[in-house]
Amino acid sequence: MAETDPLLTSLQPLVSQLNADYARAIDDDRLEDWPDFFVEQCLYSITSIDNHRQGYPGGLMWADSKGMLQDRVAALRDANIYERQTYRHLIGLPALVGTEGEITRAETPFLVVRIMRDGTMDIFATGRYLDALVETGGALRFRERIVVCDSSRFDTLLAIPL
Amino acid sequence: MSSAESPHAWPGDTLTRVPYWVYQDDANYRAELRRIFEGPVWSYVCLESDVERPGDFRTTFVGEMPVIVVRAEDGTICAFENRCAHRGALIALDDRGKARSFQCIYHAWTYDLRGNLTGIAFEKGSNGRGGMPASFCKEEHGPRKLRTTTLHGLVFASLSPEAPPIAEYLGQEILGRIERVLHRPVRVLGRFVQVLPNNWKLYVENVKDTYHASLLHAFFGTFRITRLTQGGGIIVSPDGGHHASYTIDRADDRVSTAYRDQGIRSEHQNYRLADPSLLDSVDEYGDGIKLQILTVFPNFVLQQIENCLAVRQVLPKGPDSMELHWTYFGFTDDTPEMHRRRLKQLNLVGPAGYVSMEDGCVGGFVQRGAATASDELSVVNMGGEGTESQDTRATEASVRGFWKAYRRYMGV
Repeated sequence: MAETDPLLTSLQPLVSQLNADYARAIDDDRLEDWPDFFVEQCLYSITSIDNHRQGYPGGLMWADSKGMLQDRVAALRDANIYERQTYRHLIGLPALVGTEGEITRAETPFLVVRIMRDGTMDIFATGRYLDALVETGGALRFRERIVVCDSSRFDTLLAIPL
Repeated sequence: MSSAESPHAWPGDTLTRVPYWVYQDDANYRAELRRIFEGPVWSYVCLESDVERPGDFRTTFVGEMPVIVVRAEDGTICAFENRCAHRGALIALDDRGKARSFQCIYHAWTYDLRGNLTGIAFEKGSNGRGGMPASFCKEEHGPRKLRTTTLHGLVFASLSPEAPPIAEYLGQEILGRIERVLHRPVRVLGRFVQVLPNNWKLYVENVKDTYHASLLHAFFGTFRITRLTQGGGIIVSPDGGHHASYTIDRADDRVSTAYRDQGIRSEHQNYRLADPSLLDSVDEYGDGIKLQILTVFPNFVLQQIENCLAVRQVLPKGPDSMELHWTYFGFTDDTPEMHRRRLKQLNLVGPAGYVSMEDGCVGGFVQRGAATASDELSVVNMGGEGTESQDTRATEASVRGFWKAYRRYMGV
């Protein structure tokens, strides 16, 4: 057993709650709320374990500002075409792996089931969130959320963020 | 006219009609693997930098044939079927790696980096019993070898001795368009695989189809990355199989109302990016071409959309499934600003791309829509009946070019 830092331990319920809220926003199709989980100067990227290990920086989605996240949502609503689908996120317990100044680092497993309009359900993605969290305005927000998928293969298309 | 393998008929010599069975029929699909992918074509297999040093290898496919691509001791790039000469098992099980030789895990038969069978476990038997007959000649057994050729950092392979030299295969114009993009050493930025629920040809046609780009992809039209009213055109190789389409920004398009006048979905007048840095592009090639999409028959796409560069490898996986292997890249000497710009613009492409995610599903829509329409015909008539290069993109000439090449290779 690793030694537990009481400060980190005290944060775990907060991070879990943040993840629960994050999942509900996406799965309930409140995508407009999704950028608010991030600070203005943020990094959100969807990659895979293989790309991550090899140090490839490119992502399927890659945003370094809250504005880019808002643009992603606007495009999904008004520009992009894809069959109606929803996600069900199952997010595991966050492992709080350290602090650096005001930043708390967490690593959290996830599983996303994709439900298509005809009822077809697939395990669409599994992986880990590698997060850098900061407290702003009394709430925890993501300065970084790197979505490291376990597989580099994606079925058909990735529309809704993970 | 029907091929030996298929009971279905082609609608005469016209290239403007394509029957739907060609995306569905299993016998026809098997014939494609033999006549096209194992025939006198060049299939893209990997980047030269993927097998940089002797012993570096990658595993991939030519059609459905598993292959190993490896840099041999003398620096040449070799490719051979990833199939043990003994019982047919895969020889290499990793996507990539470094090897001095290859050994099949099943019975430990070994191969050198050129795919020659060099060792057989217990070849002389054990305690004087068993073993291979003395007459067994290792030189006569081995996985099938492919020819390889390189072009501006790309590696192509062919099973056929009849595939012409790559420059001749492509023709001068297409060659020039590849050279235009790949003029410096590349740096890989990421690799992803997109599994598409459609026949491989539907994707290749989609890439060649300049007509759809600004109609299906609203993001394109909205931000004027490419619109049919912009300048540009298509180049179709003389044999029809390869193409390059390009867009040049044209000032008068800023006031064009052609899309609005036709009530086309892809125009959103009030669309503004919250963070416009996404499209903060630079003319890195100095020729004003904002977009160039290029295909090499049968399985390769080279893409420049603004400063977003990628190669795409099309792998057939049965009549109604395929994989699209994306390799995103920049150049080794990119400035930090250009590097960041490319990372941002990667949002445009790939499985989640603003201007490419629709291509992931639209092939499936055709596959499903035409499910029982095997003998009905799709219409490929925009821009006439020919396959010549045109200075407009409101044409399907390069799609017809695909069918011209396809029918020649298939003998139908």
